[in-house]
Amino acid sequence: MLEHLPALQVVLPLVAAPLIVLARHRGFAWLATTAVSYLCLVIAILLASRVMEGGAVSYAIGNWPPPWGIEYRVDALSSFVLVLVALTASFVAPYAHRSIAAEVPAERHYILYAMYCLCLAGLLGITITGDAFNVFVFLEISSLAMYVLIALGKRRKALVAAYQYMLMGTVGATFYVIGVGLLYLMTGTLNLADMAERLRAVEDVRPVLAALAFITVGIGLKLALFPLHQWLPNAYAYAPSMVTAFLAATATKVSVYVLLRFYFGVFDPSALFERLPMREVFIALSVAAMLSASLVAFYEQDVKRLFAWSSVAQIGYITLGIGLDNQASLTGSITHLLNHGVTKGAIFVLLGAVALRSGAISVSVASLSGLGRRMPLTAFGLVIAGLSLVGIPGTAGFISKWYLIVGALERGMWWVVAVIVGASIIAVGYVWRVVEAAYLHPAQGATPVRHEAPAGMLAAALGMVILCVYFGIETSFSVGAARDAALLLLGGAR
Amino acid sequence: MSAITGHFSYWVTVFLMVAGLYIIISRTNLLKKLIGLAILQTSVYLLYIAPGKLIGGTAPIIADGFSSYSNPLPHVLILTAIVVGVATLALGLALVVRIREAYGTIEEDEILGQED
Repeated sequence: MLEHLPALQVVLPLVAAPLIVLARHRGFAWLATTAVSYLCLVIAILLASRVMEGGAVSYAIGNWPPPWGIEYRVDALSSFVLVLVALTASFVAPYAHRSIAAEVPAERHYILYAMYCLCLAGLLGITITGDAFNVFVFLEISSLAMYVLIALGKRRKALVAAYQYMLMGTVGATFYVIGVGLLYLMTGTLNLADMAERLRAVEDVRPVLAALAFITVGIGLKLALFPLHQWLPNAYAYAPSMVTAFLAATATKVSVYVLLRFYFGVFDPSALFERLPMREVFIALSVAAMLSASLVAFYEQDVKRLFAWSSVAQIGYITLGIGLDNQASLTGSITHLLNHGVTKGAIFVLLGAVALRSGAISVSVASLSGLGRRMPLTAFGLVIAGLSLVGIPGTAGFISKWYLIVGALERGMWWVVAVIVGASIIAVGYVWRVVEAAYLHPAQGATPVRHEAPAGMLAAALGMVILCVYFGIETSFSVGAARDAALLLLGGAR
Repeated sequence: MSAITGHFSYWVTVFLMVAGLYIIISRTNLLKKLIGLAILQTSVYLLYIAPGKLIGGTAPIIADGFSSYSNPLPHVLILTAIVVGVATLALGLALVVRIREAYGTIEEDEILGQED
């Protein structure tokens, strides 16, 4: 049983989805989804502890040994991302019950849960597999489910947002598969580790460079690398609240994982960053994302869109660490996957609670006035998560930004440090707008009545907020595992 | 001459790829964009399949009299990719139907012009 954990990690949610569709029952769908999410978290933690003790775990699907068969490979990096995805899922799933009751018609609930399970299976599959084409298949499983989830949003704009995301996402996935095809033509293998070895002989051949370009742009679309991020704000803003929380915390992070895998595990990173201008490209795009998206967020009126733009900026921090390409910066990047995932997840979960109680079709910054009195715990949670977004010491966001700054200093790039601090100051600005509205603006109309979110939702939301603080103080898992992963990536990545 | 005839399948692949992308970018009709997407995906099928075929090669079954075999793996991969492509197209078309029900049009500029 235990040796089959890598397969179960993906198979469980994959099997749950059709069962939910067959049962067509809301309560069963919710129970099954929650149970599967928790089981996935248990499996992910078991796998992570096994990797920490005994190194990478390799699992041959159908007993076909790699590189011929599909290999599932859990190492320091993939186990870290598995924990992030499963952790988010196990907070969002129990929360979904009350949240979607107000946002999605009851007869469609079971579809939402089935899609959620498929999406979870896809995201876990991308992370765990060691086969380039398998990544594409799981990428499409998760993305197709994601488009449906976004289209289930209450407003009709959700349909257009889902369509646009579908168009850009499919172009991205197609570019990725073109890149993989070119690599397959050059190496004759799809196993990532095997591919890396065989690529050394043909490093500078033009198809390999073309493959690099296609994979960079394709995955860049998926992870919303500036300037390929246009799908993100609308998709986040119009999706149902629980979907936004799940999407914001996991989807782009898993795509970053694929990029890391290819840059450090398949291509030769020294060639990428020394002979090709990838460092300059990534630093320039990341800096542009951090500054411009933060500024847009500062002027945004819709709260969900505000934090969606902030996500574009935060992805800039993550890709900045890739561009700086040293151990500290990569540790920062990988830690930020988890820390930003938890922080943004917490924020969108709390905003879901606000949307539920306000009953409005969208939540504007102005409508938050008096929130501190109406929903004191929710507002307090937003403040803590907001501080983590800014990167105040004692919160999760501080840890990853600290490592990024150390990485930039090791490169001697003072101006990058200035940009990191500058973008964080703009973040103070947009988080302050939310805090100001919630606590300092008088409530509109009559004296506000205390009307806190339902206990189940609040528990999930505050759980994530507590994680924001926990990962800011106790970093043995987050930074420890991220440092192992960074060492693995830089040490030839096997 | 051989640059064209020798790489004929690649020229077709690249043409389809660029044509598909151009349609996606240039058209405002949501249905036509999906057609562009389908063409783009089809070009990938060709990119994989064409190099896997050996002229005169057979299916890789060891038997007397046959010495050159076509690579079966690209075919299997593309079978999967075709399924993914069909699923994507089906979902895209379903979304276009829903958009038309909600907005009464499938022209992108008219949809974006409408207030919520």
